[in-house]
Amino acid sequence: MKIRSQIGMVLNLDKCIGCHTCSITCKNVWTSREGVEYAWFNNVETKPGIGYPKEWENQDKWNGGWQRKSNGEIQPKIGGKYRVLASIFANPDLPAIDDYYEPFDYDYQHLHTAPIVEHQPTARPRSVISGKRMEKIEWGPNWEEILGTEFEKRSKDKNFDNMQKQMYGEFENTFMMYLPRLCEHCLNPACVASCPSGAIYKREEDGIVLIDQEKCRGWRMCISGCPYKKIYYNWKSGKSEKCIFCYPRIEAGMPTVCSETCVGRIRYLGVLLYDADKIKEVAATASEQDLYQKQLEVFLDPFDPAVIEQARRDGVADSVIEAAQKSPVYKMAMDWKLALPLHPEYRTLPMVWYIPSLSPIQNAVQAETLGKAGVIPDIRSLRIPLQYLANLLTAGDKEPVAKALERMLAMRAYKRAENVEGLEDLEVLEQVGLTKKQADEMYRYLAIANYEDRYVIPSGHREMNVPQAYGEKSGCGFTFGNGCSDGHNGVNMFGGKKITRRDVIKTVKLEE
Amino acid sequence: MSNLNFLLFGVYPFIVAAVFIVGCWIRYDREPYSWKADSSQMLDNKGFSLASNLFHIGVIFVLAGHFVGLLTPESIYHHFISTPHKQLLAMISGGFFGILCLIGVIMLILRRQNNARVKANTRTSDMVVLYALLIQVCLGLLTIVVSAQHLDGSVMVLLANWAQSIVTLQGVQAAEMIAPVSIVYKLHVFVGLTLIMIFPFTRLVHVISAPIKYLVRNYQIVRQR
Repeated sequence: MKIRSQIGMVLNLDKCIGCHTCSITCKNVWTSREGVEYAWFNNVETKPGIGYPKEWENQDKWNGGWQRKSNGEIQPKIGGKYRVLASIFANPDLPAIDDYYEPFDYDYQHLHTAPIVEHQPTARPRSVISGKRMEKIEWGPNWEEILGTEFEKRSKDKNFDNMQKQMYGEFENTFMMYLPRLCEHCLNPACVASCPSGAIYKREEDGIVLIDQEKCRGWRMCISGCPYKKIYYNWKSGKSEKCIFCYPRIEAGMPTVCSETCVGRIRYLGVLLYDADKIKEVAATASEQDLYQKQLEVFLDPFDPAVIEQARRDGVADSVIEAAQKSPVYKMAMDWKLALPLHPEYRTLPMVWYIPSLSPIQNAVQAETLGKAGVIPDIRSLRIPLQYLANLLTAGDKEPVAKALERMLAMRAYKRAENVEGLEDLEVLEQVGLTKKQADEMYRYLAIANYEDRYVIPSGHREMNVPQAYGEKSGCGFTFGNGCSDGHNGVNMFGGKKITRRDVIKTVKLEE
Repeated sequence: MSNLNFLLFGVYPFIVAAVFIVGCWIRYDREPYSWKADSSQMLDNKGFSLASNLFHIGVIFVLAGHFVGLLTPESIYHHFISTPHKQLLAMISGGFFGILCLIGVIMLILRRQNNARVKANTRTSDMVVLYALLIQVCLGLLTIVVSAQHLDGSVMVLLANWAQSIVTLQGVQAAEMIAPVSIVYKLHVFVGLTLIMIFPFTRLVHVISAPIKYLVRNYQIVRQR
């Protein structure tokens, strides 16, 4: 047993209102530079839909993630090592910019400088890649927002597999939900495995997956390797970039920007202890539907004295073990089994998990009563089809999704009985295998969702890798690679582009 | 032997080598963020696969051929092949891969000039490299035409002696060796040397980072604190 710790995230889809605050704050902090305008480390998709980039879940098309070979070993779906190197001159599985969207800006300056004319001047769009006028904008990072575009196109959504999807195109049967997405910081990351330079790595102390910007050579195999398409090629710097899980904040014990700014309080951050020796075996599980259950076996009980002892021996700090014991992620994924991984069939063992969303009942006639306090519908009559959620979260296995939804409904029924009727309805909890203590905690974490409960993040103990703290005083913070250079010097012998300067659409300069 | 000949083929190669080594060293050490392949595939994927593969496969085999052909001493390769046969082999294989490379580089130049997105993201150095390669490949293919007039391998031996004298740091001897050969070979050598000199200042540096190590490393990488 080799114990490592990881900061995991849970998103409660049941409470996501699709406001995009997470995406916007993330973009403002991390990807507002030229070269990555098109990149959204965090984006929110309306499901069902093909998503961003187009059809990212269709691995028949993009070949992301891992595949299990007949000998029981796994290798990246883009191919073995020789295949990866052979694709290095022209990657056959690389999404082009149009699969994301052509990023654009508007000619706002024209509004200031337009001469007096008959019609009001307008700010027309302009590509920020070529600098050319865009007559028509064809696609965007969230083109399918709230069921935009026709069903015919949206129904290419891979999660409709094994479903009679035509009926969901009809108005009265239609359904939707939001899916905020970011890098999964997987336990078995396919991007790391497909990086020819070895520039991508997982941090031992918190499991954050990062790209070493000085080591990345821009071979762009990671973009294809990642099944979630959460690595983006910066076309200006020629390097790949990805969600960094706001590691400077995590190290300081603060939540990521997307979590901090989530107005719906749907995000949870917490520590999970896992057995690193088991990853290979679990990722190679024969049946895709077993992957969710097998992944649970990787996580360790932070209260088990044997686990604590071994964790200390493996260098896990006491503050981290303590955080693991209070971890909301552990509670939701392991204790209550509410949170489920996104597409476990990719075999990456993702670490950003989702609580499936409840939805109104589809058909009142099918509704069953359950519990004393009111009508609790049959899980299978909910508007969002169970199979759809299962295809998204458990490789098609409906049982874990049904169980999670039932538990959420039971908790509601229990609290409703308590608050409205003044009864203690333990029967409804028993039906779904919850104790009173668990239900009360679930209510506290899901409904109240206090800041201290949502984010239990131990500080990163960076003092341990800075033996001479005095020497670090006034050192440089975040830079673009070249030591402390801020990229502002005028001449560069090697012709590198200034990352902090816009070249395509120049910054407005007024000379007066 | 003229002074110009000595300057270009007896001295210039050492200037080139010095600039190459020091330039790469400084760039790798001081500007690691700029060390990259600088792919533009994601901006324009149309026809890119054919162009890039033709060019890269062509250029890799041509370069490997040059290294083996020029630097293997006569005493060694005579165990396997006679000098005239070696020249014929060089002309045929070099011609084949040179043509692949030529088609590739022309396609890449057209793409870079005609696609608005790629063009906007093109630096002067990218165009300089592409055109230098185009000129170099054309010169290289021209040398095959010249070589066809003397199939005894004598010129090839002179050129190999030049290259071997350079790598053994004998500039005077090197310049003497190359003096009698046709101007086409000399131009080809000169442009080749110049390409090596501009190497550290262009995207060409990605050649050094060819990720062979990937074949032997484990899939997962975990960094400790």
